[in-house]
Amino acid sequence: MQDVGEQFAIRVHDLVVGFRRHVVIDHLKLDVRRGEILGLVGASGGGKSVLMRTIIGLIPRQEGEIEVMGAPIGNHDRATRSAAGRWGILFQQGALFSSLTVRQNIQFPLRENLVLSDALMDEIATAKLEMVGLKPEDGDKFPSELSGGMTKRVALARALALDPAIVFLDEPTSGLDPIAAGDFDALIKTLQKTLGLTVFMVTHDLASLNTVCDRVAALADGKIVAIGPMRELLQSGHPWVRAYFHGKRSQMLQPKAS
Amino acid sequence: MSSRDIILSTAPLLTATATGDVLELRPGGSWIAANVATLERLSDAVAPQLERSGAVKLDMAEVRELDTLGAWLLEKMSRRATSAGHRAEVVGVSDNYAGLIEEVRQVNRRAPEPVPSPNPVVAKINYIGRSTIGAGEDVTAFLQMLGSLCIAILGVLRRPRSLRLTSLVYQFYRVCWQAIPIVVLITFLIGAIIAQQGIFHFRKFGADSYVVDMVGILVLRELGALIVAIMVAGRSGSAYTAELGSMKMREEIDALSTMGFDPIEVLMLPRIIALVCALPILTFIGSMAALYGGGLVAWFYGGMGPAIFVARLHEAVSVTHFEVGIIKAPFMALVIGIVACSEGLRVKGSAESLGKQTTTSVVKSIFLVIVLDGLFAVFFASIGM
Repeated sequence: MQDVGEQFAIRVHDLVVGFRRHVVIDHLKLDVRRGEILGLVGASGGGKSVLMRTIIGLIPRQEGEIEVMGAPIGNHDRATRSAAGRWGILFQQGALFSSLTVRQNIQFPLRENLVLSDALMDEIATAKLEMVGLKPEDGDKFPSELSGGMTKRVALARALALDPAIVFLDEPTSGLDPIAAGDFDALIKTLQKTLGLTVFMVTHDLASLNTVCDRVAALADGKIVAIGPMRELLQSGHPWVRAYFHGKRSQMLQPKAS
Repeated sequence: MSSRDIILSTAPLLTATATGDVLELRPGGSWIAANVATLERLSDAVAPQLERSGAVKLDMAEVRELDTLGAWLLEKMSRRATSAGHRAEVVGVSDNYAGLIEEVRQVNRRAPEPVPSPNPVVAKINYIGRSTIGAGEDVTAFLQMLGSLCIAILGVLRRPRSLRLTSLVYQFYRVCWQAIPIVVLITFLIGAIIAQQGIFHFRKFGADSYVVDMVGILVLRELGALIVAIMVAGRSGSAYTAELGSMKMREEIDALSTMGFDPIEVLMLPRIIALVCALPILTFIGSMAALYGGGLVAWFYGGMGPAIFVARLHEAVSVTHFEVGIIKAPFMALVIGIVACSEGLRVKGSAESLGKQTTTSVVKSIFLVIVLDGLFAVFFASIGM
């Protein structure tokens, strides 16, 4: 029998998160397998970002356990920060440091966590830039000079700087045109394959869910109400999930024959 | 196998075996970012051998873990051999890492174009030239802001309803009412200090009663307005710059313009009018507090009772002194407001630029307030006030 700890990248058990009396996450259970791309869907304001931020330790939890790569994650304390090298996070707006160039942004985690020569650091930064599909020259630009798609790519390069095992993506394709969004999806898929990443992706983009996600989890009423490959979710009986995937906007993505 | 040397036997390994002309490299263990210090040492150590031997064979069979950094270091070794004109061959790549190795093979093929570093003398001259032009632009920006402000005021005079009264009252509350405690405290202390120093030194000549003249004239003519203006520049001017700057950064000002509003009229006019109304009031309150502080010190330290102090003050100062001080205040407020708003509009995208413009705003407005005070001194002297 396979060791359970080996099999899962993230295990969330019985998680409760709330603000004052308002409970956002209510006894939630979620397992993310190693090497998969998990898409998380949910209503706007329904706690998707809260769940993600709780897992990475930005929001304290009230109850429950979180394990990342087999190691328990402390409740919003120093221990969580020491685990930071194991994951990379792509924030919705990129969250690039505006006073540093693109290259310095990517080098920041390297510089702070490792001891390495400047030459190697430059080479690694350029390598990451090229891996996310940017040109070496883009490294000298400042974040305010980048377009939306480039900002996301640079943020992804920074998230990947330390070669984490897990990447968290918060709405990676929001604000991108369909072509750029499609390119970005393809990039995530390629990097996931080459680097063996586990990807935890909060998204509303039905096309991304369809094309890149191995499994999709639906968050409603503070719980995971359905989880599985896209076709299983399409057949789910939960009313919210039905409304989400069979609403007017999603009809155009369904096969015409059905 | 002729020679075999194990370079390091910790977690990441690199074994170099020279067989005739072929150098066989066997990396092993964890070639990951966490071990970068060891990895860099290992790969630097074999670098000279790479260039000497005829062909390089990289056997990756023993690599336990590999990430981008490790893969790049290995790729760099094979590239170094290739660039020296030798043959390089990579074997034993496990399926897990084949994609990564292939990916890394594509990167860093072309060095980013080097940024040409200019001649230091030319750079210095360039800097001086740019600063000079920048100073000229500052003056233009100031005059431009003054001009747009005048147009906005004319617009308001024509249509008085377009004045944003709510905003004006709110700004006035912030820059005047909320500033009173700190202004009173500081000017009170300064009045007290001047009086104490005056009594201490004038006593040597038996002229300690003249301290009232000194405190009265100094506070009403110069210090009241100047100290309050400097405090307002630091307190409210910086706030204006930071507010407008962050609105600029988040495109709020663009949003206003596209909706057909004039940002000058909506944002700057209420702020500047509030400041122009507030500064004379604060100057008056500040001057009174300074006189009060001076009076208290004269009483307790100099032994001059309040009745005598007030009587002497009545003789020493005239309404002219008070007028000179209070006339300056609205002009100083105008300068502070214009500098603060125009610096706010010059904020660019980064957080650093917001900080820089806020600093510039405070430094520039304090400088201009003092220059203005000097000009007024010359002016009042020449008209005999």
